[in-house]
Amino acid sequence: MTIQEMILTLQKHWSDQNCILMQAYDVEKGAGTMSPMTLLRSLGPEPWNVAYVEPSRRPADGRYGQNPNRLYQHHQFQVIMKPSPENIQELYLDSLKALGIDPLQHDIRFVEDNWENPTLGAAGLGWEVWLDGMEITQFTYFQQIGGLEANPVAVEITYGIERLASYIQDKENVFDLEWTHGVTVGDIFYQPEYEHSTYTFEESDTDMLFNLFSTYEQEAKRIMEKGLVFPAYDYVLKCSHTFNLLDAKGVISVTERTGYIGRVRNLARAIAKAYVEERERLGFPMLKGEAVTDENN
Amino acid sequence: MKTTNVLFEIGLEEMPARFLNDAQKQLEQKTRDWLTELRIPFEKIKTYVTPRRLAVVITEVAEKQHDIEEEAKGPAKKIALDEEGNWSKAAIGFTKGQGKNVEDIYFKELKGIEYAYVNKFIEGKQTKELLPAFKDVILSLTFPKNMRWSNHNLRFVRPIRWMVALNEHEIIPFEITGVPTNNESQGHRFLGEPIEISSPSTYVDQLKQQYVIVDSDERKDLILQGIKALEGRQNWKVVVDQDLLDEVSHLVEFPTVFSGAFSEEFLSVPEEALITSMKEHQRYFPVRTQDGELLPNFVAVRNGDDHHLETVSKGNEKVLKARLSDARFFYEEDQKHSIEENVNKLEKMVFQEKLGTIADKVRRTITITKKLCSLLQLDEQTTKNAVRAAEISKFDLVTNMVNEFTELQGIMGEKYAILFGENQQVAKAINEHYMPRHAGGELPETVAGSVVSIADKLDTIVGCLSVGIIPSGSQDPYALRRQALGILQIINNQAWDVNVDELFATTLEVYQHTDIETSDLKEVAESIKEFFTLRASYILKDQQVDQDVRDAVLASGIGNVAFTIAKAKQLMEKRHDSSFKPTQEALVRVLNIAAKGEDTGIDPQLFENKQEQELFDTFQTVNTTYQKCLNNHLADEALQQLTTLTSPIHEFFEHTMVMTENDNLKTNRLSLLNQIADIIYAFADLTKIQWKQQQ
Repeated sequence: MTIQEMILTLQKHWSDQNCILMQAYDVEKGAGTMSPMTLLRSLGPEPWNVAYVEPSRRPADGRYGQNPNRLYQHHQFQVIMKPSPENIQELYLDSLKALGIDPLQHDIRFVEDNWENPTLGAAGLGWEVWLDGMEITQFTYFQQIGGLEANPVAVEITYGIERLASYIQDKENVFDLEWTHGVTVGDIFYQPEYEHSTYTFEESDTDMLFNLFSTYEQEAKRIMEKGLVFPAYDYVLKCSHTFNLLDAKGVISVTERTGYIGRVRNLARAIAKAYVEERERLGFPMLKGEAVTDENN
Repeated sequence: MKTTNVLFEIGLEEMPARFLNDAQKQLEQKTRDWLTELRIPFEKIKTYVTPRRLAVVITEVAEKQHDIEEEAKGPAKKIALDEEGNWSKAAIGFTKGQGKNVEDIYFKELKGIEYAYVNKFIEGKQTKELLPAFKDVILSLTFPKNMRWSNHNLRFVRPIRWMVALNEHEIIPFEITGVPTNNESQGHRFLGEPIEISSPSTYVDQLKQQYVIVDSDERKDLILQGIKALEGRQNWKVVVDQDLLDEVSHLVEFPTVFSGAFSEEFLSVPEEALITSMKEHQRYFPVRTQDGELLPNFVAVRNGDDHHLETVSKGNEKVLKARLSDARFFYEEDQKHSIEENVNKLEKMVFQEKLGTIADKVRRTITITKKLCSLLQLDEQTTKNAVRAAEISKFDLVTNMVNEFTELQGIMGEKYAILFGENQQVAKAINEHYMPRHAGGELPETVAGSVVSIADKLDTIVGCLSVGIIPSGSQDPYALRRQALGILQIINNQAWDVNVDELFATTLEVYQHTDIETSDLKEVAESIKEFFTLRASYILKDQQVDQDVRDAVLASGIGNVAFTIAKAKQLMEKRHDSSFKPTQEALVRVLNIAAKGEDTGIDPQLFENKQEQELFDTFQTVNTTYQKCLNNHLADEALQQLTTLTSPIHEFFEHTMVMTENDNLKTNRLSLLNQIADIIYAFADLTKIQWKQQQ
């Protein structure tokens, strides 16, 4: 099964579970979680079911295209369901079956893994899912986002597309994976991998990046005060990516690091709060008259 | 009485393996407490845990609670009856409240006053009616981490997906987060099917048919059998770590053991790194030859049966290969950076906000190491080794390998130090300075390693306590308790003649030459002393010294660890030795009476009788030898010297009135007793001991 077919299969599977199929968000980010389709929409009482592929940039993981497992940019398939369905584990395992992974022929396990993203003031409990010892999915029940308590709780399922494909296609090197018939990951991504690594570790203009960080930060603050939540959040994402570039280049010392993370976190918190307030002002339109919580346990 | 068997099973999404041992204990205890409180007799409680279930089977549960009969106390007689002898409103109210009539009242005296009483009989309820309250037992279970899910407000370890609750064949009704109890359980996630449990007694077997081994001991046995079989077939020795076995057995419901291999070329990486990769990341058991050599193989456990085991093994091999490639990459990469380069990077690594960087810490550790070396009068070469080891003690913290596998700190330091041409002693000391790595862990062997280990720990403890980081309850983020204990164990292990109290002072002094803002020095010194005394007490406990004797020998400080232990052991023996009784009585009497005054100087002219003179003379002779014994840490001989005082003391008390009317005589006698008391205290505060001699 090619990567393209895998994506189509997962889209079909989660579409059948009434997930909204979204496209990748057009601002650089380190993980699918950071898309506003997850981070903001998981907040508040409105139901939200969504699935999308997210290209995720991790500048520090760039290896000039030389490492068989590490990439500057990989792909995640992201699913969010809020509130988390009672049979979510079964739905997930069915998706693996759809990908041709028969649980009876493999060893599939849910191994404790608690997820935390201090930059986003977010935390959750769950597992990494192991397929014959390999982590293929991160499975998380959000408990807190942007410093706010998640209620109702959204469940996040993040498949590592390349990881999973290397298993399904039985390839040792990520660049040998078939994206579609006759076209490999290497064909498409080798050059950008090499160039982004060169840029990140050698060519990036440190002064410019520090300036950008401050500029983005100020802009985020400025427009958030005007209640423009989504544009402000875009600038937070830009801050985060700029920070990652600086961090990868090793120009942020340990003490400074905490400071920068704190600055991004403060922004994320403020935006999370503003988002919920804005939705509330709009009367939580996606609730469509449904009860928020239905139970007292 | 008729009895039934009862089963509760809570089905959950996979719980963290590390929680299960404790969860099982809690389930047992809380079920027991619950039934006891409800006065429901039963035969036995058996608990089961798997990643997906917590279950308890209670056998021979009585069908009814015990009845109880109790006395209810009412108003005093004079209030219960009015002047004409009629029942008062108070009496009527009391009986009503108890569901009784005034005819049931009888009087009984309590502390000289007569009160009205009625006998109350409470009939036991049907157990059946009480069982649904097991819900509260479930909800009372506590876990290190809880979560919420969906739109429920409950916080629990993981989402509850099904519940079985059976009183024999009957479902015990209750629900949690909308999940009702039922008689349907779930089998193994992939191999099994949903199954109707016919009765509590068939629970274990019925689930076994659905590929779930609910008894974790049985799962462990199966894993061990599987490992044994492999060992026999391959002539291997599989290293079974109990913690790992525990964890693995809690990750599966139906274990099948399998093995895999990795390329021999990875054996060039230090085996500690390979083993950590296998154990910590993948939960594999490493494999050795009969001679103990590491082999390029591993043993793992699958949650399933043996179908397609080759696929599972191949997949695992692939993952391990990627992991080991990383480890090898790190190992090679690390060798490109010199020790000095790494040491420089420590300037940027924060140790603790108020205590500066790791580089700052290392500088203090070097100073303390030097002071220790001269205090211990170590030879030049050992001193040189210790100081060098201190200088580079933390360089491996910035290597890729330690970054990836934190638990290899020190271990990689030793390997890399040798590769970079440091001498064996220095390299070993780097590794040893982290010892003991856990409670009861190995201690440093070399002198240099012991010194640096103590210096590093002293710096951490004194530093933390100085800036107000004081461990409390389960909060001890810098493992100060373990480190303090470690210092004392190392001193004892090396049989060093150091007074521990001196070490604190030395370290505190080092801190005074830094710009770190410490709390009030006197208070800090006091808290350090208190902190260490508790650890010393722990060491004594470990040597089978009882609490009272521990308090007695630690009353005047920790002193020399080995000597303190020796003194405590002497006293542990003597407190049961009837021939010591006269001595103990004499010495304790001195201590008790001495406490009534103080030493203002002895004037032999004021002695009235020969017993006073004789005690004074014996004391002076004894004291010279006694002090020598103390200086040479000879516990038994020191005590022997004190024993010599026995008869003079008894004679003294026999013929002398200490607390006499004559103030001069009194003061003089108290002074004599105080001087003797002082030398007794130097051994131990004998008044703290509960003597147990038979007579």
